[in-house]
Amino acid sequence: MAVSKLQRAQTRLAYLLVLPATLLILAIYIVPIIFVFLGSLTDYTLVSDHYAFVGFENYQKMFEDEAFSNALNNTFFYALLFLPGAFIISLVIAIAIQEQKQFRSVLEVLYFLPVTSTLAAMALVWSALMDSGQGVINNTLQTIGLARVNWFGNEDIVLVSLAIISLWSVIGFNMVLFLAGLTAIPKNLYEAAAIDGADHPLDKFFRVTWPMLGPTAMFVAVTSSITAFKLFDTVAILTQGGPDRASEVFLYLAFLEGFEYFNMGYSAALSLFFLGIIFLFALVQALFSDRNVQY
Amino acid sequence: MAQLSLKNIKKSFGDTSVLHGISLDVMDGEFISLVGQSGCGKSTLLRIIAGLEQPDSGDVLIDGKSMLDAAPKDRNIAMVFQDYALYPHMSVGENMAMPLVMAKLPLYARLPVMRRITPAGRNAQPEIRAGVEKVAKQLRIDHLLDRKPAQLSGGQRQRVALGRALVRDPQTFLMDEPLSNLDAKLRVQVRTEITELHASSGLTFIYVTHDQVEAMTMSSRVALLQTGRLLQVGTPNDLFADPETLDVAQFIGSPEINITVGESQNGQVIIGETAIPIALDTTGPIQIGIRPETICIPNVSGLVAAHTATQGHMLKFEKRLVEDLGPEILIHGAFAHAPENIVRIRAQKSDTYGGAGTFAQSNALDVMLNPNQLLFFGPDGKRLRPDFSTAKRAETV
Repeated sequence: MAVSKLQRAQTRLAYLLVLPATLLILAIYIVPIIFVFLGSLTDYTLVSDHYAFVGFENYQKMFEDEAFSNALNNTFFYALLFLPGAFIISLVIAIAIQEQKQFRSVLEVLYFLPVTSTLAAMALVWSALMDSGQGVINNTLQTIGLARVNWFGNEDIVLVSLAIISLWSVIGFNMVLFLAGLTAIPKNLYEAAAIDGADHPLDKFFRVTWPMLGPTAMFVAVTSSITAFKLFDTVAILTQGGPDRASEVFLYLAFLEGFEYFNMGYSAALSLFFLGIIFLFALVQALFSDRNVQY
Repeated sequence: MAQLSLKNIKKSFGDTSVLHGISLDVMDGEFISLVGQSGCGKSTLLRIIAGLEQPDSGDVLIDGKSMLDAAPKDRNIAMVFQDYALYPHMSVGENMAMPLVMAKLPLYARLPVMRRITPAGRNAQPEIRAGVEKVAKQLRIDHLLDRKPAQLSGGQRQRVALGRALVRDPQTFLMDEPLSNLDAKLRVQVRTEITELHASSGLTFIYVTHDQVEAMTMSSRVALLQTGRLLQVGTPNDLFADPETLDVAQFIGSPEINITVGESQNGQVIIGETAIPIALDTTGPIQIGIRPETICIPNVSGLVAAHTATQGHMLKFEKRLVEDLGPEILIHGAFAHAPENIVRIRAQKSDTYGGAGTFAQSNALDVMLNPNQLLFFGPDGKRLRPDFSTAKRAETV
């Protein structure tokens, strides 16, 4: 019986030890999500104390709302522009830096600098650079004989401009992740490959680098996707969703509905939808990385 | 058909000089071991032969042609790495197929997916599979072809690495400490397998190891390196019985050769109080190498006499510790004239060996040396050779 007493005491201790973390997770994630869910079932607005339960009306409204589909389209289009760049450019830079013998750390720092800066402040710098009248970029384009671009005023271009700014801010981070992955590849695999005849850069990449980078690549892809869907600050500062709602992305719409139009109930429903998308990405990553444990 | 020549190879990494001018000729079909302590430059030398490293000066010739500008794949060599360097994401079959895929397919057909959809890729497929299967059967790993390296034991991985090297049908086989990651039992087994592989394939093997037993048992010739210099190249028996320098004598043989001090004067070698009539070309202090298994202990029953020298020379020995190794015993002690210098004697047990009680009576033993088995070295470590042959011939005539 002494054993079971000891076991019970150990079980109690175990629960006691996970209690602080559990409470924190409950307080920071679970309880707010429940409240947001409950709020999404009401017609609560910030301007009135009176509210009523409306069931799933907010969710129904979401799928009939033209602003919702517009925001979703904008977000996906933006992600389509952003993701390949965020992935491929960082990978190419990481491989290039990896092959460098000199100045490697200097280059790493240079590329990582944007990550350390505050994007909200840097957005103002970019708005100056991309100004349609006085911007350095447009002046440069004109000097080399190209047409000026209305970076933030053109409906067809505004998402491209936002994607460029986001790329600038995220490439350094992804590059560091890729560099870590590249450094972890054993050197003698490349030597074995050279002896086996795989010394062409394409062979080295497709036979060794790319497969060995699998888990890192998956992680970068998932975190970048989440970053893409989280686009908010540059939109809020530079375009406020304009022109003509061409840059009204998903999170910005949720913000507008909640804090500009005061439809908290609807905004809560949008937020939960957003959470669902993020959750899907996280799930993909969790499943994939589990399967790769063996190497 | 692969004769390999190294001409005065020099290599340094930064300020550290690793190889100080190595010249070596390897014959076709030979099994040569590069042996030496870690850091002696043997692996670097192998990597220079493989083309993974460029020498600072000197030349690598294969069949008389300089290989310095040739890529590793163009040197007709295969290499087995110390930790095998198998591609962890590929199955055993894919690992082994790699050299064939690279050799048989053009670049565009090697890109992902293209191997399955291009005619060139599809046509080469049966030939590649046949090549892999043939070698896999030979190495008895044909049942493992679908597994990933992570699912294999150390010995199996070792075989896959050998298979990947064999499949490309190389002329020269380079191995960098291939047995060091195996446990002792498996090591002996794989050692035999590699020796058999060498015999059946007739290829040139260049084998790097720090283990003198591996080098001695497997090779037709051994090249002993120390701090980037080639000390001696010869058959295992040459290195053991006829070392050029004290360093060679000390490296080869286990337990290590005993070194004691002596003096050479007036046609005699004096060890302690014993004078042995051997004429050396020098006068003054010398070093004498005595193999542990050549020292005879005549007055203790239960031991097999190490030699039957008729005119043995007696020496006083003080026993300190006896280790039982099973068929033989190892006696640690010192000669009376140099008590601080540990001497080991390896003696074979006879069927009358009396266990621990054999030496109960006394620590002081009289041991007998065979003058023909002594190795003499000058103060600089160079071998001093007495003129035994003429002396003996004079006796017999």
